Amino acid sequence: MIELPCPWCGPRGVSEFRYVGEGATRPDPATATPQEWRAYLYLHENARGWVRENWYHTAGCRRFFKLERETESNETRAAT
Amino acid sequence: MTADLARIGPLHQWGGLFATLPDSVQVLTEQFVAQVDLRLDPAGPAGADVAAYLGVALPEAPNTWVQGDTATVIWLGPDEWLVTSPFASPEALEAGLREAVGADGAVVDVSAQRTTLRLRGAHAADVLASGCAVDLHPSVFATGSAAQTTVGMAGIVLLALDDSASDYRLLVRSTFARYLASWLLDAAQEHS
Ligand SMILES: [Zn+2]
Repeated sequence: MIELPCPWCGPRGVSEFRYVGEGATRPDPATATPQEWRAYLYLHENARGWVRENWYHTAGCRRFFKLERETESNETRAAT
Repeated sequence: MTADLARIGPLHQWGGLFATLPDSVQVLTEQFVAQVDLRLDPAGPAGADVAAYLGVALPEAPNTWVQGDTATVIWLGPDEWLVTSPFASPEALEAGLREAVGADGAVVDVSAQRTTLRLRGAHAADVLASGCAVDLHPSVFATGSAAQTTVGMAGIVLLALDDSASDYRLLVRSTFARYLASWLLDAAQEHS
């Protein structure tokens, strides 16, 4: 099982978490065009290598947090 | 024609099955306790007022619980705690905490949400470890340690009650209590 480092609870099994998506910067809803908003919601990088992701600790502290993950090896580290 | 309704827990009929377990894995249902979910900014003014009311400071270290004279306080998150007490009624505990918190937080009675099990014995940690990924070694999970995690498929709040990995309290949602009880009976099989 992959282990993820919750910034509050410490290392926990991945089944305690929910993947929330790539850590893209949210455009300002007041000024974003529909195209920009669609790209933010639906177009993902799906990169190979180190990526920033959002996760939610469903079975633990129920907090959202950012994480860095190596998508080939599933190595993880706290987001800087 | 109104009868007094006795309060019963979701596992009130499971005592006979628990009694068949060996001494090294004892499962007991614990008494009903008032439970209140508390949310506030620990750096704000309400933290000190709550500590004065409970007689014990809110634990700010993740994965911990503390025991006051009348209440247990379990860390659930950086701004969230579960306060339990066998001495106060749910209404009284909620009202007392709400007065202490004032407008600087949220206080919700969740007494009916979870029921409490006790797991004791030389193989208590071994039984948990067969379905719980948290490190239960007493060097990292001893008296005062707590974890919100899963056992089997059920979410639980797990409290360590001693330093020898042989005494735990499990708070489980009432609707998952029978699942957890079945799971514990099954996991204990190999130690009987
Ligand atoms: Zn967490």
